Amino acid sequence: MNASLVKRTLAAVAAVGALATGMGAAQAEDVKVGFVYVGPIGDHGWSYRHDIGRQAIEAELGDAASTSFVESVPEGADAERVIRQMAQTGHNLIFTTSFGYMNPTEKVAKQFPDVKFEHATGYKRADNLSTYAARFYEGRYVAGVIAGKMTKSNVVGYVGSFPIPEVVRGINSFMMGAWSVNPDVEVKIVWANTWYDPGKEGDAAKALIDQGADIMVQHTDSPAPLQVAENRGVLGFGQASDMIKFAPKAQLTAIVDNWDSYYVARAKAVADGTWESTDTWGGINTGMVEMAPYTNMPDDVKALAEETAAKISSGEFHPFTGPIYDQTGELRVAEGEVADDGMLLGMDWYIKGIDAELPK
Amino acid sequence: MVRLEPRRQHSQAMVYLSPVLAILMTLVVGGIIFAFLGKNPFDALYTFFILPINNSYGISELFVKATPLVIIAVGLAMGFRANVWNIGAEGQLTMGAIFGGGLALYFHDSESILLMPAMFVLGALGGAFWAAIPALLRTKFNANEILTSLMLTYVATLFLSFLVHGPWRNPEGFNFPESRPFPDAGLLPIIFEGSRVHLGTAVAVFVVIAGWLLLSKSVIGFQLRVVGKAPQAARHVGFRQKRMVWFTLLLGGALAGLAGLFEVSGPIGQLQPSISPGYGFTAIIVAFLGRLHPVGILFGGIIMALTYLGGELAQITLGLPNAVTGLFQGILLFFLLACDVLTKYRIRFGAIAAKGRTA
Repeated sequence: MNASLVKRTLAAVAAVGALATGMGAAQAEDVKVGFVYVGPIGDHGWSYRHDIGRQAIEAELGDAASTSFVESVPEGADAERVIRQMAQTGHNLIFTTSFGYMNPTEKVAKQFPDVKFEHATGYKRADNLSTYAARFYEGRYVAGVIAGKMTKSNVVGYVGSFPIPEVVRGINSFMMGAWSVNPDVEVKIVWANTWYDPGKEGDAAKALIDQGADIMVQHTDSPAPLQVAENRGVLGFGQASDMIKFAPKAQLTAIVDNWDSYYVARAKAVADGTWESTDTWGGINTGMVEMAPYTNMPDDVKALAEETAAKISSGEFHPFTGPIYDQTGELRVAEGEVADDGMLLGMDWYIKGIDAELPK
Repeated sequence: MVRLEPRRQHSQAMVYLSPVLAILMTLVVGGIIFAFLGKNPFDALYTFFILPINNSYGISELFVKATPLVIIAVGLAMGFRANVWNIGAEGQLTMGAIFGGGLALYFHDSESILLMPAMFVLGALGGAFWAAIPALLRTKFNANEILTSLMLTYVATLFLSFLVHGPWRNPEGFNFPESRPFPDAGLLPIIFEGSRVHLGTAVAVFVVIAGWLLLSKSVIGFQLRVVGKAPQAARHVGFRQKRMVWFTLLLGGALAGLAGLFEVSGPIGQLQPSISPGYGFTAIIVAFLGRLHPVGILFGGIIMALTYLGGELAQITLGLPNAVTGLFQGILLFFLLACDVLTKYRIRFGAIAAKGRTA
């Protein structure tokens, strides 16, 4: 073996070593963000929008951040393992994006105090566990106003997922919006008992249209109900993302979840070392709730929708402004008052005028 | 023309070798698929099959995941051997969780050491009760148990959903659909400190041994095998088919119910709308992967559990889609069935052999 070869080999080894330590140092400062999704990223709804938010982190932070995700994680015993695997594989910021991940997230957060956790739509917090959600009911009020103006049959079909406060709040808000412009509107509600099942969602939509509904509203995640509306020649609203591609003639607007700026801000906070445990509930004003372009409606309805959204955004108007009575006739919010967040978060009653019974 | 001709005598060794062969071929095909996805096949296979179990936590999780699969599959295998097709283990699992978990909720401030054994009993009873319905319909009205047991699964799932949205909802849970957490006395003890391996895993091992003894040493085990392999002969010697239907469905239901109870009183710790990612259905694959033999099922359950764990890690570290898990399970089942067919039949090309040909 000649001397120069030995030298070259040594140099190469040294270079590799330097590279390795360099990489190690870079990794220590980098943000590694993990996401746990309840549905497939191709649902075009809830999980899809979270994944768009994940991509926003990559685009915004570039090489300073890396991201990964696990999709279709069942809300049972498996969630804890997936979250834990993420914490163990060096992720320092982990978003768990469904209510059912609350207890496993809390458990793993306790075991990994140096990792930051963010749980969507839950209520358990800790020093390293934040919660975040969006005030979708604001968008639903705007949708209600549009529906009240656009319906001819005065029957609105509503595909619900599960009768949890989030969904019940949306129905109430939507109907208050509709009644503010048209007191004759009635709503028919079908519970699909799923967040994502295009077949079931579509069947529910068909049943509602058969019962005379000419506006389709959904609180499930696939575009199926809106597609049924498109095929049957009625109007509807997109859910979670702009679904105009699926229903160019039917979509009036969509209540879009926009997590991009929140996710980017939280990732940057981890990079800067300024991350703190918070409880965020953002509305139209923060950009978390976004209205897709208003289409398939006359200009005056569009103007009214824009005005309503602007008033909600500025804080001039709150959808849950009293007097609000529940179905039993009990006054829940007094005249001139506004429902507080505690009431909104635990809402398990319909407002007066909704002709349906809440499944118990 | 290609056709299959039964082998007069097939190798007994191949019956047990074919799962091994199937696994090997799955690895090869899996590697090729990974290469097409632009991943280094060796890295990907390592991530999928070795990385999940290269530390003690990973191994413990493998047992946690395999526990319900093995318990259910042993029960189902008894029925499958006797041509009783219980497809509704998922529903029986859910009812077991409701019965046993309901007890924990009723005594939610109990500290009694009797609570856990009572939950075991109720969990098994719940599953057996749910399986008794298809058994009754089959023996009384000759209704196909495949359909009735499958349909009852949806009833059970909706019943659980009703309970956690309504009467059993946690009064301190902000109206979200979940029950109270079970009291400590209603949670399964952890066998290995720092892991999630619970008493249910030990029960699974016991179930495997008991199932093996039952099949190989007991009279009823002998009857099960005869009824399945030679129903005519079984009738001739007076084995009562109805008794087999009742026995296998009740046993399968009880074990599925127990598995459901273990999930809610083990890793989950409360009742919630979804308690199983389809263990009752996956267990059907596990039962066949394990050749309907309890010991084989133990290995089958562990391999199936590994594909889930590997799928999660492949997503986290390689950015592969979740569909890879299902793909692997599908390929595995395909090769298993293909190996079985080739063990029992040989492929013949050309027209049907001349008449009178003897071997």
